[in-house]
Amino acid sequence: MSLPAAVSESETLLSIRNVAKQFGSTAVLRDISLDIAPAEFLTILGESGSGKTTLLRLLAGFAHPDRGEIWMAGQRLDTLLPNQRAVNTVFQNYALFPHLSVFENVAYGLRAKKVRSAEVRPRVEQALAQVRMSSFEQRRPSQLSGGQQQRVALARALINRPRLLLLDEPLSALDANLRREMQIELKSLQREVGISFVFVTHDQDEAMALSDRIALLRAGELEQVDTPRDIYNQPRTAYVAKFIGQTNLLRGRLESGIARCGPIEWPAEGPAGEAVFSIRPEAIRLAEADSSAVRFRARVCQQTFGGATDLLQVECGGLSLTVRVPSQGELGQEQVFGFLACNAVRVMEAGE
Amino acid sequence: MNESNPRVPRWLQIHALLVFAFLYLPIVALGVYSFNGESVGGFPPRGWTLRWYRMLAADDTLWATVGNSLLVAAAAVALALLLGFPAALALDRTSFPGKAVFRRLVLLPLILPGIITGLSLLILFVTAGLKLSLLTIALGHGTALMSVATTELFAGLQKLDRAQEEASLDLGASEWRTFWRVTVPNLKLSIIGAALLIFTLSMDEIAVSFFLIGRDNTLPLEIWSRLRRGITPEINAVSTVIFVFSLLMIVLWYRLRTRDQRQQPGLAAIASAGE
Amino acid sequence: MSETIYSRAYKLLVTAPPLAWVTVFLIAPYAFLFCFSLWTVESQTIVHRWNLNNYRQLIQNPVYLQVLLRSMRIAGMVTLISLSLSFPLAYFLSFYASARKELLYQLVIIPLWVSYLVRAYAWKTILGTDGVLNTLLMYTGVVNHPVSFLLYSPFAVVLTLTHIYTPFAFLPIYASLEHIPRNLMEASQDLGASRMRAFWTVIFPLALPGALAGATFAFVLSLGDFLSPLLIGGPSGIMISNVVVSLFGAAYNWPLGAAISLCMLLLVVLLLAASERIEKKLSFR
Repeated sequence: MSLPAAVSESETLLSIRNVAKQFGSTAVLRDISLDIAPAEFLTILGESGSGKTTLLRLLAGFAHPDRGEIWMAGQRLDTLLPNQRAVNTVFQNYALFPHLSVFENVAYGLRAKKVRSAEVRPRVEQALAQVRMSSFEQRRPSQLSGGQQQRVALARALINRPRLLLLDEPLSALDANLRREMQIELKSLQREVGISFVFVTHDQDEAMALSDRIALLRAGELEQVDTPRDIYNQPRTAYVAKFIGQTNLLRGRLESGIARCGPIEWPAEGPAGEAVFSIRPEAIRLAEADSSAVRFRARVCQQTFGGATDLLQVECGGLSLTVRVPSQGELGQEQVFGFLACNAVRVMEAGE
Repeated sequence: MNESNPRVPRWLQIHALLVFAFLYLPIVALGVYSFNGESVGGFPPRGWTLRWYRMLAADDTLWATVGNSLLVAAAAVALALLLGFPAALALDRTSFPGKAVFRRLVLLPLILPGIITGLSLLILFVTAGLKLSLLTIALGHGTALMSVATTELFAGLQKLDRAQEEASLDLGASEWRTFWRVTVPNLKLSIIGAALLIFTLSMDEIAVSFFLIGRDNTLPLEIWSRLRRGITPEINAVSTVIFVFSLLMIVLWYRLRTRDQRQQPGLAAIASAGE
Repeated sequence: MSETIYSRAYKLLVTAPPLAWVTVFLIAPYAFLFCFSLWTVESQTIVHRWNLNNYRQLIQNPVYLQVLLRSMRIAGMVTLISLSLSFPLAYFLSFYASARKELLYQLVIIPLWVSYLVRAYAWKTILGTDGVLNTLLMYTGVVNHPVSFLLYSPFAVVLTLTHIYTPFAFLPIYASLEHIPRNLMEASQDLGASRMRAFWTVIFPLALPGALAGATFAFVLSLGDFLSPLLIGGPSGIMISNVVVSLFGAAYNWPLGAAISLCMLLLVVLLLAASERIEKKLSFR
């Protein structure tokens, strides 16, 4: 299944075309096609084993596609060695050079290109200032905390002015608070620097917070590539609906413009036949006298307090649903719930 | 999975091959010539005979020295373990003034040329009026190989789950009991490995033994004195036998060791302990 | 390393025996060595008269210095060759050998523990005028008569000692290479360095402590070696330890021998200490 990625700008920075990769007898990536725009923050989201790290390594040059091509700015990329590409990587464990100072770590790429010493110093200072690590110039990596090492790794990569920055789960080793902080920093850094970031993670909250677009990878194939809003509100498949946020998956039939799942029906468009619908818990509310809402009566099995909202487990004619409502006192046994028909998104299941 | 180096530089492969050839060809040649029909090492080897091995089997003097070596090796293993185990424990669990010096002293015989260890012990024994014999050789081996025992057992202790001992103590067991019921069983592999290694090294040991020899020879010393008198092809045979024997022991030792998953050169492990 | 509280008795029990043994069998002998070096020999008996004659002899008599220098030269050559052989081998094993790494590592270790004697003797049979190498050379027509300098020469000593101590040098180099995080190579290439540059600026500096340790092992052990020179060194291959051996044997001058031994001991200890210092400085953990 190949999904051409929609790019809003006419210019494309990076083009991955029908790329496939196998390790031994395992197909890690099958037929991936994806375009990345300039100055875009794209997240490759997926579980472990989905192939996301492999895809990143293909971009960096540490692996070669078995099939397909990668193009960047009008030139073939996948035939270039890693050190020939205008692509830089922030590694998962930062991979800072333990025997070099922070200054020399950051300067490494410049020295490799034989940049003159006179020019190196100001550039390094600027790069460090950009990540707010100026006072750590002479320290060694072993003397830095995780977050500090990460910033140095960023500076080290960005100083080379790559056209594309790859980030391999860079925040996974940080604790929750630091993670949130770094997410904000990363986002503003990307805006500031103005180049494309390709960010790999398995954390969907992170993906949604940071990205201009999310590419959800599953078992070597792209399930969906969309903006966070679109991927959340309009999931294409059941997998996407479940992976991103919580959802209710209702199985039923669609016939002559009516979708029927258990006792609930509503008007829906699309080809007739078996259908699966995704309805987000927050899309279901306690029914008001709103005529356009699809109503159904359900029994409240469980009510969990969650601060601003309550999570309800309700049961309706054999269907089990999760509903998120504004926090309120304890609800009675039976309630009437409602949702707007447009919030029931028809999704594909695997094999369709 | 590392694909960033898909092509191994040719020269690196060739170099590795040549080094292995350098390390093994001489020994292999020895083995080949132990079956040589002619009595000297000409090329190419002529004939094929088991004559030298038959001579070897009938050589009573040599077998007597084998017996001596076995005695000494057994004593060396006992000594080295009895001393090395406490030493490893001490390095792993205690701190006392002079610990760093102690650590270095214990490890010194590993890297010190055998002559210095041998000579200094010789002077000790002579001053103490002890007559040179298999006993003095055993004492020498014990001293020199204690460092091997310490290294091996220390590495084993480092991998040991401390929580098990703590659990044992927490449940009311004495330290003695904890030692025998928890520590030692967990270190079984390390102990056996160390014993194997020390045994093999003792059987081969010659530098230290050279100075501590009394009336009775050990196997290596017997071979040595025959070598000084001239080459006989029988020596090819005995060398091959020794090689095969040591090979088996070391492979066995290594199998035991890697059963414990991680491999870590003992010296590096100890080096980080005293600091 | 977590702290577990052990009783005083436990600690005493584990420290006392090895400490006692080390005192009796390591410290005391060295002390005696020192004492002997300050005594002298008169008419075939050792006289306990304190003097510095032995040391004076060592400094004044050029023979000893000559032998020492030759020994250091031989040890130096052995070290250099061992390093050049073992470093690329260790690099190959650590970075390229993925599937066969274990097996190859075993193969390098095995010669290390297999009888010194066997290995030295093997070279004797190979290098002699009737030996394998010579007859091979004659058989293939490379030379017309046996090459005599192969055996009983410093060359033979260097060759044999290299053969024996290369695995020794290999071990610490391999260990330090194994400690290098694999993604450092990738990181340096990602930043634009060629493979060559990546090796020299990242891998090599981090492997230096191991290389230094390996060099120290090889040098120290070669310097103190007396068996190979006796077996295959001939008169021109005599090393300092052989001098000591004869002083404790036929030449019967224990005090002088002790003096030389003590100097060797001090030299070795100094080298080890210096090496450890530098290694620590070069290590970045």
